[in-house]
Amino acid sequence: MIAVDNLKMQFGSEEILKGISTIFEQGKTNLIIGQSGSGKSVLLKCLIGLLKPVAGSISYHNKPTNQMNLQQQRILREEIGMLFQGGALFDSMTIEENIMFPLRMFSQQSTSNMISRVNEVLNRVNLDGVNNKFPAEISGGMQKRVSIARAIVNNPKYLFCDEPNSGLDPKTATVIDNLIQRITHENDITTIVVTHDMNSVMEIGERINFLKNGILVWKGTQEDIFKTNNQDVTDFVYSSNLFRKIRDVQNQNI
Amino acid sequence: MITLQTALNLTDPIIPKELVAFATRQSIILEFAPTFISIIMAGKVGSFITSSIGSMRVTEQIDALEVMGINSLNYLVFPKVIALLTYPFLIAIAMFLGILGGLIAGVYGGFVSLDEFIRGLQEDFIPFHLVYAFVKTYVFAFILATVPAWHGYYMKGGALEVGKASTKSFVWTSVLIIFANYIITQLLLS
Repeated sequence: MIAVDNLKMQFGSEEILKGISTIFEQGKTNLIIGQSGSGKSVLLKCLIGLLKPVAGSISYHNKPTNQMNLQQQRILREEIGMLFQGGALFDSMTIEENIMFPLRMFSQQSTSNMISRVNEVLNRVNLDGVNNKFPAEISGGMQKRVSIARAIVNNPKYLFCDEPNSGLDPKTATVIDNLIQRITHENDITTIVVTHDMNSVMEIGERINFLKNGILVWKGTQEDIFKTNNQDVTDFVYSSNLFRKIRDVQNQNI
Repeated sequence: MITLQTALNLTDPIIPKELVAFATRQSIILEFAPTFISIIMAGKVGSFITSSIGSMRVTEQIDALEVMGINSLNYLVFPKVIALLTYPFLIAIAMFLGILGGLIAGVYGGFVSLDEFIRGLQEDFIPFHLVYAFVKTYVFAFILATVPAWHGYYMKGGALEVGKASTKSFVWTSVLIIFANYIITQLLLS
């Protein structure tokens, strides 16, 4: 569980996050949605420690990060897995070396143990046999899956995903979404997904946080999002022609 | 080129032909090998360092390192600084090949005999000049590793900015090499 309390962030005089308070639940896929420029990625970067918020606190299992000593911060780092928007695989390393990288950094295992763990996670993301390929030699969808494999190789307690479906076709996007949800449930981890893809909301949105201009304007579940009267949320959801048509069909049936 | 230019401009018969080899040796050891090769390396190695680290920044690979708790600056730059400690070997090879090239051009071009060239090479040789050349080579190596890495690591933007950062890093690395060359020469030779 990750709790965020009155989180504020600004670049220069521009306020990006204006006092965000929310809880990301364990064993659930927690979505942060909103339009481009709403502060989703900045919130995610604050959560994983890439940006230092100007005010407020972030607590991992009731331990505020700003009160952690270096050793505790290091342990927390080991418990975090991150799926970046573009995959962020190291170009100069093979797939096997990429996935093995966190193991080399954090564990004292023998190389054979590490290789068997790499094969295990590759099997889990349905990518057997690509060990010796380089990231440039595989497709975008496969790169995303390798990135997921690297994120989970250390059995993290927290999984962060920054727009996991960007640049993917709908079918591959669904595969990635389902994979993230399956890993979340099987490992009982706290997963936070930043997205503006309504298909992802439909697929994996167990807990949804809607951001607008740096303010958390709505929280709820997948079912709630279609019932809410919040104008900002309905504008966002029904900006898609597909969802507008579904709503019209539902209204006609009623 | 130095050999040929010196030989072609030696019109006075009083000046000994050994001067051709002497000028070749001095200019290659003191400037051409350490400084010119370093400026060429600023274009080749420096641009590579900037663009490779810059690309890592653009594609969030540096963020990935940071999330894993790795000191990315240290992880990416320190090995390059260590690797460039071997740079003086390259400069030594450049010195050898430069003088050998001068010998071939001078002797086989018919400007100077082999004996005269060898005598000229040995004439008034000051070993401290080699110390001076390798001291500045180490300073240039440090500049070559750090300045391009700094431009790559702290770049902002996308692919276009990676190209701009590479150009900028080449300019600044070259300027710093020339400036450092001036300072070191003042300190060690004046």
